[in-house]
Order: sequence, then structure tokens, then C-alpha cells
Amino acid sequence: MERIRLVFTGSGGQGVITAAIILAEAAVIFEGMNATQTQTYGAAARGGSTRSDIIISDSEIYFPEVEQPNILVCLTQEAYTEYSSIIRPGGILLTDTRFVTTAKKVDAKQIQLPMYETVMEKIGKPIVFNICVLGALLGISGILKPESVMEVIKTRVPVDFVAMNNRALDIGLVLGANR
Amino acid sequence: MNEQIKFIQGNEACVEGALYAGLEFFAGYPITPSTEIAELLSQLLPQKGGKFIQMEDEIASMCAIIGASLTGHKVMTATSGPGFSLKQEAIGYACMAEIPCVIVNVQRGGPSTGNPTHVSQGDVNQARWGTHGDHAIIALTASNHQDVFAITVDAFNLAETYRTPVVLLFDEVVGHMREKLVVPEKGEIAIVDRLRTSVGKGVDYHPYLPREDGRLPMSDFGGDHRYNVTGLFHDMWGFPSNDPKVVKDLLHHLVDKIETNVNIISRYKEHYLEDAEYIMISYGSSARSAIHMARHRREKGEKIGVLELQSLWPFPEAVVREKCAGAKAVIVVEMNMGQVMRQVKACVDRPETVFLANRIDGKLITPTNIKGILRVIQGRGV
Repeated sequence: MERIRLVFTGSGGQGVITAAIILAEAAVIFEGMNATQTQTYGAAARGGSTRSDIIISDSEIYFPEVEQPNILVCLTQEAYTEYSSIIRPGGILLTDTRFVTTAKKVDAKQIQLPMYETVMEKIGKPIVFNICVLGALLGISGILKPESVMEVIKTRVPVDFVAMNNRALDIGLVLGANR
Repeated sequence: MNEQIKFIQGNEACVEGALYAGLEFFAGYPITPSTEIAELLSQLLPQKGGKFIQMEDEIASMCAIIGASLTGHKVMTATSGPGFSLKQEAIGYACMAEIPCVIVNVQRGGPSTGNPTHVSQGDVNQARWGTHGDHAIIALTASNHQDVFAITVDAFNLAETYRTPVVLLFDEVVGHMREKLVVPEKGEIAIVDRLRTSVGKGVDYHPYLPREDGRLPMSDFGGDHRYNVTGLFHDMWGFPSNDPKVVKDLLHHLVDKIETNVNIISRYKEHYLEDAEYIMISYGSSARSAIHMARHRREKGEKIGVLELQSLWPFPEAVVREKCAGAKAVIVVEMNMGQVMRQVKACVDRPETVFLANRIDGKLITPTNIKGILRVIQGRGV
């Protein structure tokens, strides 16, 4: 696979960083790729703005930060305003309809999906919103196998929550594939 | 799932390396960006029969590992900037009393409390001269998790071999970044164990009487032998002495045991160095940017390479001088005001060809930053 660079942005508590780690870990552990994951590290916890950079490649990765992502995910209006301009021309910019109104003209494929709304309607728990976003991302891009991501989720969440996460991932996959 | 492949932070890779090397005792006081080391060891060490103590501060942590090491255990502490400052007095004690120990400093912005959550490489000189008085010390570093693991094992080995504190100078980016680590099989990397005295119980043991090969076998403190340990200049019994010959001989010994072995201790990696006209010298996370940039430039046919240093003290002068001999320019890439650059200038044949490519604002230096500086050096403008 070609080198792919992703940036996930949103606000603390949305699970942006967790989603980034899960994706990168799935690439390394279950698909034999190299990956790096870095994050803005500050006093921001719930409510603050967060960003995580991921690079996935089959060759060595040295500089671990992303200057122009192939895939950019913005889960707040603030994040969209701040980061939409860094997208690599022709890249994919994924936003959630509940949190972001896309206004700017961006030289990228802008994809807006009702991920939050669908998760709340079908599961009713915002905690798995980030997994739904991951599912949508996989549905759109096919960068990794959903099973790889699910295997990582199994190692990270309590056993009673695996099924709920699996549903959230599936909801996202369908949303992404049928966009 | 292959359990030997992990996707973890650099701090966790350091913990894995320490456990592989036989770490048995850790005392520390959590501080960003090193906290994950203490956090993870508080969980893992007790499971492996080791001891973890969170001390009241960094000074006490340093003193605790010195004591634990004397009783025959492999020890480590981990800290960052301000905590590293606090440890300096006790590091000097460990130098003087020749007590093996490993001190991790995951560098953040300084001076003082500085820029706690951001990257810096500003403690290079502090690692060398942070404690007072003439002394020698070993400081190692790494730019990726596989190397963090290996160099951590190395740190324990060198601490035992030379009976010295060894500083692991990592930085925030390497510490917090996640990437792949393949944990080596047991036995894949050699482990140096404590050299213990063969002198039996009840027989006089001289803690500072060298064997024929110059090494000083240790006796677990509190065990078979009674002996004295002090931060004062001391004789072969470990008792204080200000006899000029004792003082001079001990200082020579402390410095020479490390400085004369610089070629054995030197650790470095070469990236695209063959026929390189422009040589970047870097280490830690900034080396990642330098290597990234060199790889791209090589694709365009430019003769540029990277000498990545993994041992900073004793400074690998001979290596640097030899590798840079034919270079049109040497660019030291680091995140401080030129701490390694000054060492490089001091040891190359043509110091006027040495330049600094740095960044000091808490952000990781980027390949684009280096490219801009290189253009100026090459006379091609910004």
C-alpha cells in the first residue's frame, strides 16, 4: 500500500485520539504495516480541541507528523475551520452533519455523514460515536479490513461492550459505503 | 495475534527494554513527559517480583535507586527537565561511589518548568556536566522504538560494565509517539549481569580494589561483607581519604574508565552516508526529520546523508571526525541552541563548515525546516 497520511481532529472526549490509536494499531498488528501515531499533547481534556496524526505505510516512517493529510476527519466546527485548509488536494475530508456545517470551498472530496445521529438513533450511546466514524472511514476508503480494527477494539474495551462497538463500526461502514 | 509485536509509545518501549535487561527496582516521581514509564512499571514490576516505589520527590528517587543498586539489583529512575536537575547531586554520588544505575530523562522544554508538554533536546550538556566536579558519564539516545528498546538494554549493560550512572536522553516526541516494537526473543540481545566478588564470607573484601583487568567486583550491600561507601574521595576500603595520591588516582580512574573506552561505548547509525557531500548529524526525534529529508533528497540525486548519534557522552569524536572528513558542509540538526553542534565544531578538521539547523519553539523540527536552512547554506537562498 502507498503511504497514507491521516489527521483526526475534534474535541476532547469525542474519542478522536482513541480512534486514531485503534486504526494505527490495527495496521501494525493485524495487517503487517508500519504506522505512527502522534497527538497534540496539552492540558486539553474533555472539551479542549484535539488532533492526532497517523501515517500508515509498508516502508519505514521517519517524520511522524502530517503536513498535508490524504484523509482529514473534523468532528467539530472549530476543527473544521482550523484544519480544512491543510487537506492534500484531491484528499477526503470527512465531517459529521451534527457538528459541522461545511462552508468553505476545499480542494478535496468533502463527505458529510450523519454518524452521530445514526449512532444515537440505533444504539443510543454517544460513547461509540468514534468507532462509527472509524467504520465510515473504512467504508469510504477501504484502507484496512474492518476485522482488523474490530480485533483491536476487542483488546481495548470490556467484553460486555464489544457487541455495541461492533454495531457502531457496522453502522459506520454502511454509511461510508452508501454515501 | 503475535504478542511479540506491539504498537506502543516510546516510553513503553523503554519499559520493555528495561525489563528485558533485568530491571528489578524502580523509584520515581511522575513528571510529564516521562510519566508513562513510572505508570507502566508500577503495574509490571510487582508482577515480575520487582519493586516499584513512588518517592516523595526526584532527589529521594535517585537516592533510593543508588541504595537498591548497592544491594545487588538492577535499578532505574525516570524523569524530565526539572526532575533531572534535582537528581544531579545524587548522580555525582553514584559517579564517585561507582554505583551502576540508569536515569531516563525524557526531555521537555526548559529551563525551569519550561514547556512541559512539548519537545526539546536542551539537556544534552546537563547530562554531561549537570553534577559538579570532574567526572565521566555515559549518555545514550534513540530515535525510534526498536532502538529505544535496544539502547535501554545497552544502558543497563554499560552501567554494570563500567559501574557508572548511564543517562538515557529521550525526548517528548519519541516518548509519546506510538509505533511498532518487535520485542526480541530472550537471549537475542546479550545481558551483562552484576560482577560480584568471589571473596568469601568472613574474608576481607576491598570494595575499591581493582582486579587485574581494572574492574571492581561488587558485594551485595547488607550481605556477606561489611564495607564503607562514601561520596568523599576514598581508598580501596571505601574509607575517606585526602591523600593527594589517592585523590589523583581515583579521579583518573573515574574519568579514564569511560573516556579511554569511548570507541567501545560509541553508538551511531549511518543513513545514506556513502559519498555524501552534505552530512547531517542528528539524534533522537530530530534525526527522524533529517533522515526523512535525506531519503527524499537522495531520490532527487543529491548527495546527502545522516550520521545519527546514539551515544552523546562520551562524545564520539573520532567517529564524527572520520565521517565528516570529506563533507562540503556538516549540518547539526537538533532542538536546542547548538549543544551538539559545539561538540562537532570542536572535533572536525574544518569547524567553519559546521552549521546548526535547529528549532526551539517546542515543535518538532520538520524536514521542510531543515530544507530551508540547507538552501541557505548551499547559497541557493530561501
